[in-house]
Amino acid sequence: MIMEIKDIICGYGNRKVVNGISITVESGEILCLLGPNGVGKTTLFKSLLGFLKVKGGNVMIDGEDISKWPRKKIAQAVGYVPQAHNSSFEFKVLDVVVMGRAAYIGAMSSPSKKDIEIAEESLRALGIYFLKDRIYTEISGGERQMVLLARALTQQPKILIMDEPTSNLDYGNQVRLLQQVNELAKKGLAIIMTTHSPDHAFLCSSKVALLERNNEFKVGSVNDIVTERNLREAYGVKVSIVKTIGSNGEEISTCVPLLN
Amino acid sequence: MVNELSTNKSEKRQITIDIFRNVKGKSSILLVLFAVLISAILFSFTIGRYSVTLNQLFEIIRYKIFGGTVSWPESVPTVLFKIRIPRIFIAVIIGAALAIAGVAYQGLFKNPMVSPDILGASSGAGYGAAIAILLSFGSSGIQISAFLFGLAAVLITIIISKCVARSNNNILALVLTGMVVNTLFSSFISITKYLADTDDKLPAITFWLMGGLSSVSLKDLLIMIFPFLVGIIPLLLIRWKLNVLSFGEEEAQGMGVDTRKIRALIIFCSTLLTASAVSIGGMIGWIGLIIPHIARLIVGPNYKVLLPASALIGGIFLLIVDDVARCLLSIEIPIGILTSIIGAPFFLYLLFKERRQKE
Repeated sequence: MIMEIKDIICGYGNRKVVNGISITVESGEILCLLGPNGVGKTTLFKSLLGFLKVKGGNVMIDGEDISKWPRKKIAQAVGYVPQAHNSSFEFKVLDVVVMGRAAYIGAMSSPSKKDIEIAEESLRALGIYFLKDRIYTEISGGERQMVLLARALTQQPKILIMDEPTSNLDYGNQVRLLQQVNELAKKGLAIIMTTHSPDHAFLCSSKVALLERNNEFKVGSVNDIVTERNLREAYGVKVSIVKTIGSNGEEISTCVPLLN
Repeated sequence: MVNELSTNKSEKRQITIDIFRNVKGKSSILLVLFAVLISAILFSFTIGRYSVTLNQLFEIIRYKIFGGTVSWPESVPTVLFKIRIPRIFIAVIIGAALAIAGVAYQGLFKNPMVSPDILGASSGAGYGAAIAILLSFGSSGIQISAFLFGLAAVLITIIISKCVARSNNNILALVLTGMVVNTLFSSFISITKYLADTDDKLPAITFWLMGGLSSVSLKDLLIMIFPFLVGIIPLLLIRWKLNVLSFGEEEAQGMGVDTRKIRALIIFCSTLLTASAVSIGGMIGWIGLIIPHIARLIVGPNYKVLLPASALIGGIFLLIVDDVARCLLSIEIPIGILTSIIGAPFFLYLLFKERRQKE
């Protein structure tokens, strides 16, 4: 499976927020989208998911332009993981996760036994089966983020699009979530995620797209893109990149901001 | 001793709640609710100024079908079939319609504080009725006018919200425009009242707006059935998708739901239900807001069970309130007033009960 974004132009009304970006992501790859606030990461996301109409260029999955696909077909190929949020209603976790089957269920039917089994399977895959009967509004933010991930997996997509999945999590949960993301990529999913932390790109991405103001963007491998110079240009702060040795002897880079 | 008694009582309550919460097939609760509805209907047959016993009722029904000897005053079947039975079924239908419209809107607008009149259906219908009374229309004229103005008010809300909405926040625009249209039609009602003849028109408008089922007939029941079925069947069919919708428009789209179509369907059905309920029963408040809450306390938030449960509980509730309205005092109490007087404290009681249960 390959998702190609070609010269995409997106924005609201007459305003172009993102102009002419091209990226490809394949099965097993993790693409991290980095960039300062307001640069259009969310807009790009919404366009990839079809929430916003693309103003130019195309989004192709395995060579097919998805702009003409019905919603259901898009949802069967692309799973969306929003930021952990709260619902107004006290749904059971399993009820939330099984909603991921909506793309496969007819307009007038409800989930079958099979659908519930698939939902339970995604809970198990993420190691959160024990949350099954808990109330979604009463579990922690980290657990909610995992539940939303499980819901997206229940869509059985080929691509996962995650909107700042670590943003509301404590340090431990951030690390655990990144581990899961790596696992999912190993299982063959293509993953696109936004993050505010360049360290997360070092930890799990195979590719990085750095969006800058004035519509410039850089795409490439993490070591080529996440450099001291690029980060200074994109975020306007001084950063030093240092290397350390991981538990398997591999080299891991990390960013240290330099305060004045 | 007193203490012991009260803890016992609360334990018992705890247990009943646990049973409700833990029943795996929540659909068995629907059966229980259905049984309660049937009993409430049977009970309502028997009470009223002409009291009819259940035995008499069954005998009259048997006589209607098989013939036989008559052992009751001639007026009894007339009262029963011309007045009481239509009134009972209309109370059930209006209660169910308002509750379903309310619960569907709460999912659509992701907010449990939403009621079915949020887009202006009932204030529009109220204005339609007020105008019709001012122009001395007959009772069916008043109904038709109320129904049409109810639909028109929602249509105005939708059209204006389309104009003011930015591309992706339709729901907020819809709610805000609904508020404006509601306010406008409420002031139109006030103007109509101000212009109305204080001797007969003004009291007529005021009474109509308070709500009441005292003048409903068999004909009303037959007319009401159609919009009720047209409104309720699609909502019952798509009820599971309402779960997905209650997570917001974008997430629902991300899960493959065509939110534009489903939203249009929900608004159409709920408007039909609300406008026809108001045009026959007047402004009956609270049902659409409070019944979904009661239903959620009993069966949880999953629309698969919640929607039918709301319909059943709404029907039961309004039927009992209407029984009180026609039997408590020697004069009719306007039902719109009663739903609030009974509904508000009952709702508070449920909130307290829920809090205690969580602690």
